[in-house]
Amino acid sequence: MSTIETKVSEPVSDELALVQKAKGGDVSAFEELVKRYDRNVFRIAQHITQNREDAEDVVQDAFLKAYGNLNQFQGQSKFYTWLVRIAVNEALMKLRRRRPERMISLDEEVKTEEDSVPREVADWSPNPEQQYSQAELREILTKTIQGLPPGFRTVFVLRDVEGLSTEETADALELSVPAVKSRLLRARLQLRERLSRYFQKRDSGNGKAKPTSGDGNS
Amino acid sequence: MKCSDFLQELTNYLDGVMDDQTKTELEGHLSWCHNCYVVCDTTKKTIEIYRDSHLYELPDDLRGRLRSAIVSKCHGHKKVDPA
Repeated sequence: MSTIETKVSEPVSDELALVQKAKGGDVSAFEELVKRYDRNVFRIAQHITQNREDAEDVVQDAFLKAYGNLNQFQGQSKFYTWLVRIAVNEALMKLRRRRPERMISLDEEVKTEEDSVPREVADWSPNPEQQYSQAELREILTKTIQGLPPGFRTVFVLRDVEGLSTEETADALELSVPAVKSRLLRARLQLRERLSRYFQKRDSGNGKAKPTSGDGNS
Repeated sequence: MKCSDFLQELTNYLDGVMDDQTKTELEGHLSWCHNCYVVCDTTKKTIEIYRDSHLYELPDDLRGRLRSAIVSKCHGHKKVDPA
C-alpha cells in the first residue's frame, strides 16, 4: 500500500525579501503575503471556530497582528508557520469566548472510547465520495470533523489538509512532535471510523449507505 | 506483530517515515490481516477525501473585502523601529 502524498510547499525564495520590505513599512509587500496565505488562514480559522464571522475576524486580526509584530519574526521558521501560530491562537480565543463553559486547550489529553482500536472495520465502496452529491458530501465531512475535539481537529487540519510537516505543525501549535503524532493518529482514526458510517460497502443494491449508529457528531 | 502495534505505527507508515525493517514488518502484517488492511486503506482515503474536499473556501468577494480592510488598517498602523 502506498503512502499518502503530502503537498508541503517549498519555501518561496522571495518570501524573506517581502517580509523585510514589510518590516520597513512597505504595505504592498505585506499585501502580497496576505494574498499568498489568506485562503489558508480562513480555512484553518473556520475549522477551529466553526463560525464564519469568527473566521473572518480571525483573518483580519491574525494578519494585523502579524504586521504589527513583524519585528519579532526572526526567520527561524517559515513566515507561514509563524502566521499560522498567530492565527490558531486568535481562533482559539474566539472559540473560548463563544464557549466559555468549556475549557479549550490544544494540549488537553482527551481520552475517548474511540481511541486506538477501531471497532468498525467494514470496507468502503470503491469511490465512496461519489455516492453523494457535492453538497451532501460537504455536509458529511463538515459534520464529521466538527465532532472532533478542537485539539485533534486542529492538528488534522494543519497536517493533513494544509500540508504542514509534523515539525511545522508542532512549531505552529507549540506542541512536541510526539504530541502532534499522537493527536494526528487519533484524529485520523476517529474520522475514519465516523466516515465509515457513510462510506462502507453495502451488501446489496446501489442505494446510499445509511449511518449505522449515532449521528457521527457526538 | 499485533494489530495494536500496527495501529501505533499507522501514522508513520502513511507518512512514509520509518526505517526499512519496520516497513517490512508492517507490510508483512498487512498481507495477512484483513482488518488492519482495511483500516489502513480507509484511513488513507479519509485523508485524501478531506484534502480534496475544498471545505471552507474563501469566496472572492469576501476575500477582496478582507484584504482591503487589512491593507487599510496597515496603512494606519505606524511602523516604528524597522529592523
